[in-house]
Amino acid sequence: MYNPNMALLIEGFQRAFSLLVHLDPELLGIIYLSMKVSGLALCIAAISGIPLGAVIGLRRFFGKGLVVSILNTFMGLPPVVVGLFLYLILSRSGPMGFMGLLYSPTAMIMAQIILALPIIIALSLAAVTSVDETVKQSAQALGATSGQISYLVINEARYSIMAAVIAAFGRVIAEVGAVLIVGGNIAGYTRVMTTTIALETDKGDFELALALGIVLLAISLIVNAGLHLIQKKGVRS
Amino acid sequence: MNRNLTVEIKDIGKSYRGVKILKDCSYVFEKGRMHALIGPNGSGKSTLLRICGLIEIPDKGQITYYENNHAVEHTIELRRRISMVFSKDGLFNTTVFKNASYGLKVRGTGFRARHGRVKEILKTVGLWEKRKQSAKTLSAGEGQRLAIARSLVIDPEIIFLDEPTASLDPANTALIENIIKKLIRDTHKTVIMATHNMFQAQRLSDRIIFMHEGELYDEGLTDDFFERPKNEIAYQFLSGKLIY
Ligand SMILES: Nc1ncnc2c1ncn2[C@@H]1O[C@H](COP(=O)(O)OP(=O)(O)O)[C@@H](O)[C@H]1O
Ligand SMILES: [Mg+2]
Repeated sequence: MYNPNMALLIEGFQRAFSLLVHLDPELLGIIYLSMKVSGLALCIAAISGIPLGAVIGLRRFFGKGLVVSILNTFMGLPPVVVGLFLYLILSRSGPMGFMGLLYSPTAMIMAQIILALPIIIALSLAAVTSVDETVKQSAQALGATSGQISYLVINEARYSIMAAVIAAFGRVIAEVGAVLIVGGNIAGYTRVMTTTIALETDKGDFELALALGIVLLAISLIVNAGLHLIQKKGVRS
Repeated sequence: MNRNLTVEIKDIGKSYRGVKILKDCSYVFEKGRMHALIGPNGSGKSTLLRICGLIEIPDKGQITYYENNHAVEHTIELRRRISMVFSKDGLFNTTVFKNASYGLKVRGTGFRARHGRVKEILKTVGLWEKRKQSAKTLSAGEGQRLAIARSLVIDPEIIFLDEPTASLDPANTALIENIIKKLIRDTHKTVIMATHNMFQAQRLSDRIIFMHEGELYDEGLTDDFFERPKNEIAYQFLSGKLIY
């Protein structure tokens, strides 16, 4: 029996594979921007978030429990709320409106930093806290300064921290709400994989959306395989 | 370098969650001597050691390090003249060599000097052949040997040892005791060693300090102490009659 919807789907898949196989420049451009935005956001979040998580984890201070609870809550921050919040700050009448960053890749990177940072801080904090107390005390007894102790402890927790970074990458590469609000969907400038999928699907053009969907799935597969490998290595060591 | 560091404690008190663990502990440790801190499990030996070794801060009392009759400030420079081995080995998740060289590395010692010193110490504890192995793959005895080597590599003036043979079999215990004799006592370091094994204390130490329920009950030269404990509870502990 002929089913027009089925035919549409099959045709969409055929075209999607054709785009992938022929390395369509538009497709590659979108993938490149996605990787650039999420990659940069992740680097910045990791460079600032790992030491911050380590310091919070190692220090004892008043209100630490509260800080940890807040961080854990922020780990699940809804991307659209982050997008809205950043939009208000970056829009022309907002406090940072003069910089003209709205609808630019920079704004998108900022949004993803906000999403990745709590994950990296909270998971690094947990990783550092789980390092054996005797290890920390041994470093101290061997004459390490507090900076040297922090460095050692981060190094001891390296597999858990790598897992945290990968988890954060998985989250930002797949989110759509925040980048859509602050980045818009400007062809060739702010279109990333997720926003393109949303837009193209809306238009009823499935080929590009499907091709990008396949790429996203592949990335998610690689991310999970990476996590699995690191966890296995972490357990063994 | 001046090697005249001595340590004494006065009225040390410490509580965990409202429970008094240490009660007014005072003692003057003798320079160049091996002190054994003995007492039943839970009497507060490890806590007192961590406090003396500047790893933990007491609720009350003073730990004073003296050099030529002058008190020395508790700076990183002072901390780098003392060292401590914990009852758990606390080894870092890296190679045997890197564990052994850590103390030198944090002091900024160059690679050549580090290598020479680490080689010397690892050979003495019989771990040089295993230098490239991950420290996590060592046996309990080897791990404890590495933990001791690691804290001796920096040649501390005062060293704290917390139950260095607690979880080891007799052969490994003998090995560690030999290392302690050779590397520590014969170099005239001041040693403060916690142990619940009174025979080990008798074999190794010059002086005995007996601890019970957070208090220092009795002390004396090793031979005197074992022959004539001055204190009833110490006597009960020595004769295995202490019920706790
Ligand atoms: N970090 C800690 N938090 C809470 N209680 C502790 C801590 N360290 C030690 N204690 C308690 O203090 C008491 C003395 O412990 P410890 O100093 O380890 O004794 P010992 O080394 O003589 O066996 C024990 O009852 C132990 O449970
Ligand atoms: Mg103990």
